[in-house]
Amino acid sequence: MSDTGRLPENIMHFARVLRAAGLPVGPGRVIVAVRAVEAAGIGSREDLYWTLHAVFVSRRDQRDLYDQAFHIFWRNPRILERAMSMLLPTFGAENEAPPQAREANRRLTDALFPAEQDEIPVQEQEEALLDAAFTFSAQEELKTRDFESMSAAEIDEAKKAIAAMRLPILDVKTRRYKENSRGRRIDMRATIRASLRSGGNIIPLRRRSRVRRHPPLVVLCDISGSMSRYSRMFLHFMHAVTNDRDRVATFVFGTRLTNVTRYLRQKDVDVALNDVSESVHDWSGGTRISESMREFNLNWSRRVLGQGAMVLLITDGLDREGTKNLGFEMERLHKSCRRMLWLNPLLRYEQYEAKAAGARQILPHVDEFRSIHNLESIADLATSLSRDWQRKKEATTTTWGATA
Amino acid sequence: MRDFPTSIDATLTLLGDGNYVADRALATTLFLSLKLGRPLFLEGDAGVGKTEIANVLSQTLGRRLVRLQCYEGLDVASAVYEWNYPAQMIEIRLAEAEGVKDRAKLGSDIFSERFLIKRPLLQALEPDEAGPPVLLIDELDRTDEPFEAYLLELLADFQVTIPEFETIKAAEPPIVIITSNRTREIHDALKRRCHYHWIGYPDAARELSILTLRVPGAGDRLSREIVGFVQSLREQDLFKLPGISETIDWASALVQLDKLALDPQTVNDTLGVLLKYQDDIAKIQGSEAAKLLDQVNAELAAAR
Repeated sequence: MSDTGRLPENIMHFARVLRAAGLPVGPGRVIVAVRAVEAAGIGSREDLYWTLHAVFVSRRDQRDLYDQAFHIFWRNPRILERAMSMLLPTFGAENEAPPQAREANRRLTDALFPAEQDEIPVQEQEEALLDAAFTFSAQEELKTRDFESMSAAEIDEAKKAIAAMRLPILDVKTRRYKENSRGRRIDMRATIRASLRSGGNIIPLRRRSRVRRHPPLVVLCDISGSMSRYSRMFLHFMHAVTNDRDRVATFVFGTRLTNVTRYLRQKDVDVALNDVSESVHDWSGGTRISESMREFNLNWSRRVLGQGAMVLLITDGLDREGTKNLGFEMERLHKSCRRMLWLNPLLRYEQYEAKAAGARQILPHVDEFRSIHNLESIADLATSLSRDWQRKKEATTTTWGATA
Repeated sequence: MRDFPTSIDATLTLLGDGNYVADRALATTLFLSLKLGRPLFLEGDAGVGKTEIANVLSQTLGRRLVRLQCYEGLDVASAVYEWNYPAQMIEIRLAEAEGVKDRAKLGSDIFSERFLIKRPLLQALEPDEAGPPVLLIDELDRTDEPFEAYLLELLADFQVTIPEFETIKAAEPPIVIITSNRTREIHDALKRRCHYHWIGYPDAARELSILTLRVPGAGDRLSREIVGFVQSLREQDLFKLPGISETIDWASALVQLDKLALDPQTVNDTLGVLLKYQDDIAKIQGSEAAKLLDQVNAELAAAR
């Protein structure tokens, strides 16, 4: 490997930059990357780009980060001509910000220039511009909700309530089988093996039954102004649900849809909610249910609603915008999932009728309609849901944290 | 049989020989997969030519294609191996009738290769005269996590342990192509062991060369119009954008209808070949289609 000079070393440095920027790049991949570059040869900058791309990128959303990192790290194109024996990236050496840092990812900047953050105000400004381009300033109050403002008593109460709650776990049959002495089907393989034990004289029947498993769960939570009194509580609820079982995807929406699953996977509820509050920019703004549902149907439903998912929709159904497409989007959502539950805080009023245009459009497309307006009702919801499902012989109740 | 390509350019040529027009990114990833013996993990929307790569590889390299179509609940019995129980039962009865008393011998008789039904994953490990086969694991996202975990074990060592029989190990690992439509995320542990590539929609130039190769019957003008129209459709706000396979289907359909150029009526009548959702069709049909067609024709006229 002597003829490759400092190449492996630089690939290692590049990998470290990627790792610091958040790509899951381990030493194993670095070794593969070095071997890949040796195998592919460095014909052109493009080849090196795609060679390393093949090794380091394993998700579509990593491509942008990789792209930026690559162009910043392997900046000097002439490097590649000198490459074979010596590859010296000029990373971090120049005192100015990278020229093509147009929209360089913040994480990447941190990873590349850990100590130089303060020296690149230009980029921050651009980032702010970029943000502004995405917003609907008229309807959306761009503020980051501070969870610190939650009183200690409130937190305690919420935690206690959630800890005491039981989550109904709906089990559905899968097509997989496991050994079960009271199962309905004969397990031929185990039967033959058992019969050989007696020399084939007796054939003791072994049985098997279907494996039951809970379906994926998707939570869509409204965090708009009209829901602001509840959203904090619901986030605790969602955090508890996300950590209680696998295959949970959580989204919040106000004027736009945000996938917060990754943040809520944090075991620590404070860290999780803090991350959520940083990532979501439309707290207590307007509602665009129809638009959010459309976005979900278009970009996410096909990725998270596979395998018969259940949907929990938490909203009051008050849409600030016109609701002309809401019925259509709800129908599509309803048709793509196994079961849809609408949890509505307004339902606590006994005389509640779905009068709002939005609510009227949602109602025909839900399987269940329940109240959710305080901690108690969340707890009630759990028990009542499990009761319902037990009646339908579809579910069992499991205590929180009892499942893996 | 043909040897593995020795460079990225050779890989491009190889795919080209199989009538597959790939971009350089895909060729690089494929070349590395072949060279380093790692599985190739292809993700992308339906109809962009993921499965086709396996077909083309098996064809051009002269290897056998072993295909495993994934579905929910796919288990070892239908993916790897299964014992032929009825035959085993008869064998036990025969042994009984003949008065065989040796249990160990009976056991080894019953669990021998004679009674083993080989499913795709096991077939892929078998030696082949033409060299190790191409193993296509299609639409992995349709199956569940337990199967993915099993696959992890298989892809690590290319060996299968059958408890009653023996461990079967591939002398040479097969060429593995895994595809996913992304109806759920595949676990990172599996992706880590593969070279990943996202296949997107092709640009106009590449789509045109694909069309010329795949539907030679379509004239130059028709092909250009089709590509222009499909490309502009992909800029529309649709639930499901047409993939390359839809483009090819559409072109074949138009050739069957003896069309030499697109006109609004034909587009409306055959839109179901391109778009597969009623509301997408409703959105495009009629004036929108005519508008797009006018744009395409104007652009083509300008380019000429």
